[in-house]
Amino acid sequence: MRYGAGPEVLRDVTFALEPGSFHFLTGPSGAGKSSLLKLMYLAERPSRGLISLFGRDIATTPRRQMPPLRRKIGVVFQDFRLIDHLSAFDNVALPLRVADVPEHDVAEHVTELLSWVGLAEHLHARPPTLSGGQQQRVAIARAVIGRPSLLLADEPTGNVDDELALRLMRLFEELNKLGTTLVIATHSESLVERFEHPRLHLERGELRVERWRPRAVR
Amino acid sequence: MAKARLDLPLNRDGSVRFLPWIVALMVYLASLSLAGAVVVRNVVERWDRGLSGTLTVELPAAPASGKDDGAVPIALKVLRETPGVLSATPLDQRRTVELLQPWLGNDIDPAELPLPRLIDLRIDVRAGVDISALGARIAAAVPGAQLDDHRRWLDRVIRTGLAIEAIAGVVVILVGVSAVLAVIFATRTGLAIHHGIVEVLHLIGARDSYIARQFERHALRLGLRGGIIGLALALLTLLGISDAAERVGSINESVRMLPALSAPPLEWALLLLLPPAAGAIAMLTARITVLRALARMP
Repeated sequence: MRYGAGPEVLRDVTFALEPGSFHFLTGPSGAGKSSLLKLMYLAERPSRGLISLFGRDIATTPRRQMPPLRRKIGVVFQDFRLIDHLSAFDNVALPLRVADVPEHDVAEHVTELLSWVGLAEHLHARPPTLSGGQQQRVAIARAVIGRPSLLLADEPTGNVDDELALRLMRLFEELNKLGTTLVIATHSESLVERFEHPRLHLERGELRVERWRPRAVR
Repeated sequence: MAKARLDLPLNRDGSVRFLPWIVALMVYLASLSLAGAVVVRNVVERWDRGLSGTLTVELPAAPASGKDDGAVPIALKVLRETPGVLSATPLDQRRTVELLQPWLGNDIDPAELPLPRLIDLRIDVRAGVDISALGARIAAAVPGAQLDDHRRWLDRVIRTGLAIEAIAGVVVILVGVSAVLAVIFATRTGLAIHHGIVEVLHLIGARDSYIARQFERHALRLGLRGGIIGLALALLTLLGISDAAERVGSINESVRMLPALSAPPLEWALLLLLPPAAGAIAMLTARITVLRALARMP
């Protein structure tokens, strides 16, 4: 993959994610983690190669069939990308509303999830009035509210304390147990070592799949 | 239409301030153009109807000697013998002078000015009277006599009316095109300002139509608001013109320069369609603009 006429950011990257798997995506800054995630959440098209999601070749999938595919993918953006003029509630409700979920179901699910991530008191707060950690939890809630089949998270625990980071990781594991495939991009070695999941390691645009190993073994 | 909810903060854009006024100006111009066309068409139709079946026979002025040359009775005889002629009434000298006064003033002296003798002729339009044959018979009976069916004058008036209507139509089209361009500009600006939010909506699985609907509703509201303002201003202007026409006419009927703003209510109701039309054009333009922009996204 390359941006415009620039150099290839990713090349010869080949991997398959089993449904229900959980992977960390690691690598130094600039290795192409965000670019790989962008390809996976369909924000970019590859300049060459094949991407197959949910059994469909993305290159040959008609554009009008892409929204239902995107609804199966939850994304936690590194910069959250919350909509500032909407409340925390409305931000989290967006994926349900674009999918035409009835409003009474939206209210129930969103309130429940925001309470679970500790934001019951901030349902109607706008993102600019929330702390970085609170914004991150809103972003995570928005990504998981639609029970996605694939959850992609870019540094989802970067702005929260250790206790909340663990709590959020438990949420991801719960989702994973329910069948959601997860890829979590992180710089946190402690996080990767704590949870027994394989990692996709990117370096200089190339990808290597590593099984989980405890620190002492490495 | 689903519950109105804006995920995009379009109400805070600059377009909220300028677009309604641009649309208002367009609707104002379109309203005045259409009103002008409607009035002109009705005036022309009224004249056409009023003059249909009405002709004037113009006989040469009476001899200077004052001796009656018998031209009027001869012409009347020819006319009254023609099938389809309902009436033939000679106009007396006083009435002829009255007809000339708007052009020549009140000081006309019939003794000094050789006035043609006029016969007011009414025919049954359904009888299919051959006007040119009748004119030839009168000219044969009274040398120098002419039959005027006002057609030449009326044709010129009709042509002028059609030209005015065509110009009004062109103005309305230009105004519509300008409004469309203004909406395209405002929508593209909105898309650029809110690109980040549009992308988030796109990535969480919003269909293009969902995103476009937000811009459509916004454009519809602004278009309607502008349309209502423009129409209100146009109606005030038309009332002013109508009032001015009435006042000028009441001073002196002969110098009535502006036709009364009269037309069937249905035609005036056409103007009421302009605000919803402005809203619909704005809505449709915004929709097409957004859909075309979104089609470029992966």
